[in-house]
Amino acid sequence: MAKSEEKREPLLHISARAPMPWYFSVAVRLSCIIVSLLFCTLLTWLITGVDPIAFSVTVFQASFPAKAAMFGIKFWPMLRDLSILLLLALAVTPAFRMRFWNIGAEGQTLMGCLGAAACMKLLAGVIPNEWIIVCEVIAALLAGALWGLLPAIFKAHFGTNETLFTLMMNYIATQLVAFFCILWENPKGSGTIGIINQNGALRGMGWLPVIGGNKYLLTIIVAGAFTLLMYFYLYRSKQGFELSVVGESERTANYLGIKVRRVTIRTMILSGALCGLTGLLLTAGENHTLTTTLAGGRGFTAVMVSWLAKFNPFIMILASFLLVFMEKGAGDIATKFSLNKSFSEILTGIILFFIIASDFFIRYKVRFRHGAKIPEGGVSRV
Amino acid sequence: MKKLVALLLTLALCIGCTAAFALEGQPVAKENMKVGFIFLHDENSTYDLNFINAAIEACEKAGVPYVLKTNVPEGEECFDTAVELVADGCTIIFADSFGHEPYMIEAAMQFPDVEFCHATGTRAHTQGLPNYHNAFASIYEGRYLAGIAAGLKLNEMIEAGTITPEQAKVGYVGAYPYAEVKSGYTSFFLGVRSVCPSATMEVTFTYSWYDEAMEKEAATSLINNGCVLISQHADSMGAPTACEDAGVPNVSYNGSTVAACPNTFIVSSRINWAPYMTFIIECTINGEAIPADWTGTIATGSVELSEINETAAAPGTVEKIEEVKAGLADGSVKVFDTAAFTVNGETVTSYLADVDDMGDFQGETEVIKDGCFAESEFRSAPYFDLTIDGITILGQ
Repeated sequence: MAKSEEKREPLLHISARAPMPWYFSVAVRLSCIIVSLLFCTLLTWLITGVDPIAFSVTVFQASFPAKAAMFGIKFWPMLRDLSILLLLALAVTPAFRMRFWNIGAEGQTLMGCLGAAACMKLLAGVIPNEWIIVCEVIAALLAGALWGLLPAIFKAHFGTNETLFTLMMNYIATQLVAFFCILWENPKGSGTIGIINQNGALRGMGWLPVIGGNKYLLTIIVAGAFTLLMYFYLYRSKQGFELSVVGESERTANYLGIKVRRVTIRTMILSGALCGLTGLLLTAGENHTLTTTLAGGRGFTAVMVSWLAKFNPFIMILASFLLVFMEKGAGDIATKFSLNKSFSEILTGIILFFIIASDFFIRYKVRFRHGAKIPEGGVSRV
Repeated sequence: MKKLVALLLTLALCIGCTAAFALEGQPVAKENMKVGFIFLHDENSTYDLNFINAAIEACEKAGVPYVLKTNVPEGEECFDTAVELVADGCTIIFADSFGHEPYMIEAAMQFPDVEFCHATGTRAHTQGLPNYHNAFASIYEGRYLAGIAAGLKLNEMIEAGTITPEQAKVGYVGAYPYAEVKSGYTSFFLGVRSVCPSATMEVTFTYSWYDEAMEKEAATSLINNGCVLISQHADSMGAPTACEDAGVPNVSYNGSTVAACPNTFIVSSRINWAPYMTFIIECTINGEAIPADWTGTIATGSVELSEINETAAAPGTVEKIEEVKAGLADGSVKVFDTAAFTVNGETVTSYLADVDDMGDFQGETEVIKDGCFAESEFRSAPYFDLTIDGITILGQ
């Protein structure tokens, strides 16, 4: 019968969209974030029965407290944590631009911590404080750079898989740090170092200086400066251009006379050194100690920040802010509503999911099947 | 003249009162009090759960408000959290993990009007800060009692002919070769040997406070090595589940594991922190100074034993433990009696322990007193770090 000849249109029809004006894509992204927040609030209310308004207020006030006395106490640490995550995201980005999948930021950072801690521990009281800090900077940069250089050499000359290589280097760095934690432990057998140069005449030796009476400022300034520098490096410099060419096609790069091996090695030294610098800030600026958990997984979170921002340093500020904002909120809802930390991790996951989905809707158009049947012969058979 | 005398007396009284207050600190009314707690993990960790329960119990009993901060790492975040709690109006701040100590000290330096209390730390007695305090408990007594339950179990196996007296080998999974762990396994072993003289013990370290896979593996390899009973000092369920799988009796720590290990769990010792928390709250309310070091005991209710699991324990365990517990309480039984152990075949008559913990790793305090190792007397955190005969440390 003729009925079998009727062809039904697929339920969902996905097609690429023409590039949309920037304000439209921003609007889509913003509305997606707002929808995700509403969804999270609703979910929280349904699952836990916590008043959704109080919940949102708590999350918001974890970074921006209403009480003036609390504002500085919450706001500055939030900015500092944002800065650290941002620095790590900036560090992994040049390599990503040339499609070198560096997931070793965690280890490169830990090596920076180790370099800085070694100077604090071994040079205190031996040479003047200013020289300790100079040595720390050099040691942290070199240690981080070395951890970036090794996988780059193997990739450039032997074609090894950089994802696995950089991942494995993380474990080596963690174990090295663990070794030194036990070597320098205090008290004996505890496996912890504690604050280095905390007491007596050595107090404060090798600690990075406090700028303007605000101990969070140094990290924030460094992150701000590197955001600008990285933007110019990636989009306005010859080396940045080389990165994008290598990323597009190695053959084109060769044709243009770009030495791919050299670019690979140079970029990974840069990435590693910037991670090392972040390690320096973590050890000598913030914690004044060495533990295997100093980077605390932020080396991996940075990969997500970099991708979410599509490698744009300024958008990375927003992406890092979102993640740190949620993390701070997580801590406070755990305190205030006795909700487990895992719950806020679920919420962060939902928000990220929405953001990635918004990207999809910006690039693609989705059309549902119309009720009308397609007339016979109207559509060619597939 | 009378007036002058009265005036002088009043003056003296005033000065005396001021001096007393300066020494003692102002009493704080309950309404103005708030206790802030800093925990390394949340209620999913048995270690932190033990503290969280105690915190809630003590504060509700005293009727004072409290704030619980969980998942605070052992770094600058601990300091940040302490600052936040101070701004939130907390008058006492308590932290539960060893690695929090340096950051608690930093906070104590910055806020001299707030009391900072830290469990398991070692530095209050040398730091010289009047508002920084350490606490621990004589958990070695609890371990000793748990060891007696283990020893009776070994005796039961020997009598039943399952093992010969020479095969009575105990395995112990420790976290780090740290004094707290060493003091723990030594007291446990002394408890075992007080009822089963032929017992020996093998100790292995995981170099982590919480690593379920590694703890399980360590317990399994001890069992394969011929250990017929296992105990542990690490915070996961690794060792107890390995024992349940292998059908080997287990003496647990931090709380009963009977629900997961109904056939092999014998008994567990733990520190109950509620008495200390009640103590610091009362000190603040009464305006009394909190001592730099505080050691909870069986008498203060700080050292507790869980219910004994009759399925796994030898008959008569409950009675024997009660008897020794009374002995510990009246002082007739001493855990670290130098007559009960030897080091390299010799009785210890003098030992300098590194009590001051200044990073020099040099012993400076004579800790053998009246034929006994005076544990937790010169500071609350344990400092017994001798390896006694009968204990073999594997991998060394």
